[in-house]
Amino acid sequence: MINSKYFFKGLSCIKKFDSPAIALGTCFIAIGSLLKNLGFNIQESVFSTLLTYALPGSLVMAESLLVGASLINIFLAVWLVNARLYPMTVSLMPLLMHKSQPRWKYYLSCHFIAVSAWLIMKNNYETVNKKNRIDFWIGIGTATWCVAIIGTIIGFLASDYMNKNMMIGLAIVNPVYFSCMMAGSMKNIQISLSIVLGAILGPLFFFISPEWSILYGGFIAGTFAFFIGELNVK
Amino acid sequence: MSSSIVFAILVTSLATYLSRFLGVISSEKIKETSKWFRWFNCLAYSTLAALIARSIIFPAGALSEADYSLRIVVVISSILIFYFTKRNLVYPTVFSAIILALLNGYFA
Repeated sequence: MINSKYFFKGLSCIKKFDSPAIALGTCFIAIGSLLKNLGFNIQESVFSTLLTYALPGSLVMAESLLVGASLINIFLAVWLVNARLYPMTVSLMPLLMHKSQPRWKYYLSCHFIAVSAWLIMKNNYETVNKKNRIDFWIGIGTATWCVAIIGTIIGFLASDYMNKNMMIGLAIVNPVYFSCMMAGSMKNIQISLSIVLGAILGPLFFFISPEWSILYGGFIAGTFAFFIGELNVK
Repeated sequence: MSSSIVFAILVTSLATYLSRFLGVISSEKIKETSKWFRWFNCLAYSTLAALIARSIIFPAGALSEADYSLRIVVVISSILIFYFTKRNLVYPTVFSAIILALLNGYFA
């Protein structure tokens, strides 16, 4: 069903020196303690990470609960901030699709699509032949998912012992890690331009619409970079 | 309170899974050598970059209590460390957490 050799190869990516475990762990520690302060119990906190497994979504949920937003509002706010998962899925899954593999693997394992696992897969997919990539991906996803859950539990339990400055220090790890990962993935002009323009336009559009800024900024930056890149290839 | 938390979690996870699920449906029809695929690749990197930049400049949660200029300085110096240490990810991340916690304690 799942080729264990490739599954464990994916799973072991968490031990490498460029492992996402530290960054992922720290940001979910922050989420765990945030949820505790919001009045979640430990089961609810773990349940939240287990089912959502996308950090910005959990943050939006936490903020919405604080201001007492309705369920419809929570749904829309989370959907908007996590809509980036759609282009991420479309730019990953075609690399993993193989006709010999059952479809349910793709529909279940898409739950693992989040920045950390996605970037590892994008940087390493060429090392695995196409037929076994989905099993490799399930391994990476399982590893990062487990780190997120353990991080949430640690954060929940440790929240009483952390002061404000420690929380702020933890919260910067995730953006720093991903900024470095993105800087490391600038391999061609299309991707480099997408990243640089996205990083400029995303915050700029925040002044026009905070909810839509990521989608507007990302869409314009990505489309522009795509056309510039296509012109340069020819 | 408790039941509303459970509903909020369920709604959040549904809203999140929806984009992933629709992504897999679209992927069935897109070849990895096509222009569509390259376009979505650009969109994925640019929306990610937009999200990360936004979370540094307009953060939510604990990070918003740190001063704006402190955050920018820490992120830029961490990226420089990343390049100087031949793309090691452990040094910049550990550095950023310690230095921001210390600086924030010092200036606050």
